[in-house]
Amino acid sequence: MILLKLFWSFFQIGLFSFGGGYAAMPFIQEQAVDINGWLTMGEFVDLVTISQMTPGPIAINAATFIGMKTSGVLGAIIATIGCVTPSCIIVLTLAYLYYKYRGLPAIQGVLKGLRPAVVSLIAFAGISIVQMALFGGKSESIFSIDISSFDVVSGVLFAAALVVMRRFKPNPIYVMAGAGFVGLLAFYII
Amino acid sequence: MEGTVAKLYRKYIMVVNYVKKEGQNNLTIKSLTWRIVLKKKKSGIQFFLQLFWATFTLSAFTFGGGYVIVPLMREKFVEKYKWIDEEEMLDLVAIAQSAPGPIAVNTSILAGYRLAGIPGALFTIVGTVSPPLIIIAIVFVFYDAFKESSAVSSVLRGMSAGVAAVVVDAVVKMALNVVGEKSVFSTCLMVLSFIGVLFFNIDVKLVLLVCALLGLAYYAWLHFGKRDNSNGGNA
Repeated sequence: MILLKLFWSFFQIGLFSFGGGYAAMPFIQEQAVDINGWLTMGEFVDLVTISQMTPGPIAINAATFIGMKTSGVLGAIIATIGCVTPSCIIVLTLAYLYYKYRGLPAIQGVLKGLRPAVVSLIAFAGISIVQMALFGGKSESIFSIDISSFDVVSGVLFAAALVVMRRFKPNPIYVMAGAGFVGLLAFYII
Repeated sequence: MEGTVAKLYRKYIMVVNYVKKEGQNNLTIKSLTWRIVLKKKKSGIQFFLQLFWATFTLSAFTFGGGYVIVPLMREKFVEKYKWIDEEEMLDLVAIAQSAPGPIAVNTSILAGYRLAGIPGALFTIVGTVSPPLIIIAIVFVFYDAFKESSAVSSVLRGMSAGVAAVVVDAVVKMALNVVGEKSVFSTCLMVLSFIGVLFFNIDVKLVLLVCALLGLAYYAWLHFGKRDNSNGGNA
């Protein structure tokens, strides 16, 4: 029964979290803390912190964490499947329509308008990623950055990695892994 | 597999160059040829494994969630493997954004579906979901030790600086591509929507909606306003 409940809770979280990322957070809190009592509020905050420190969308991280806590590995898998099922159905329907109709002149016009907008949205997200990496994400927006929270190691790493990316165009995975390694070295040296 | 794709891509370049020489509407022909070249869906265990592994490694490095996976996926699918072209990638992101659920998951489903139909989507979704699932399951087991470890957090801090650099690099490339189209309309739209979200906190959904309508209006103006000098319907 608990597995069904997990599936259904995360199905709803997946269905209502438009916009991705932090949009899912209030729904996770509602389902896991308020309705089902799977987590305490303190555990929920820990979960959010862990999500920021590890890869993956917060909804998937929460599904795994809460699934593990309530019913082990099987629970983690069931909750994760519940979380992605709505996306699967809706996205595949949209994809089908896109490939069927994108040749239409009107759709071409719409897509021509959307492409530059998507680039600027990604750029906007990029700013918050840089901010989180260099300032620990403590400020609310880029206009209220606390200069004192600037992390020198991260700043140097960021600049070096950017130069390497632009000049030598390596596989990004190496740059990220290398930055992680240097971060560890810096921890032991400084 | 790689050989065939490369051959097709070379053929595509030839077609594009030919079209450019002829001075026709480059953009439409370009998307048309792409559709012909890539229409044949890929198959074979090796390709599916490659697809799985590509999304698995992408997802393993998607810190912070959201759009981070987009530039990384673009790097891999557009530049490295040349599976999808730049414009289509941006279309897929727009679709992913307009559906509920994590953008990383949605974009992966779309890319998998695009390359190999429903089975492709299944492989990419499992590839995308596995890394966080495995990592969080492990973290859960070592929850307390993990919380206290400053070595772990310094590795993660270093990595997020690297990720930030990769994202900035990709954004610069994408922006240059839009500017390189030499279309005043596209460039203005990009700059204005950026200012909108950055300075005026305009909702992302609203930005996409307005830009889609502007694109439609621009197209209608081009199509019906200047009908005399164009070659009519190009659908």
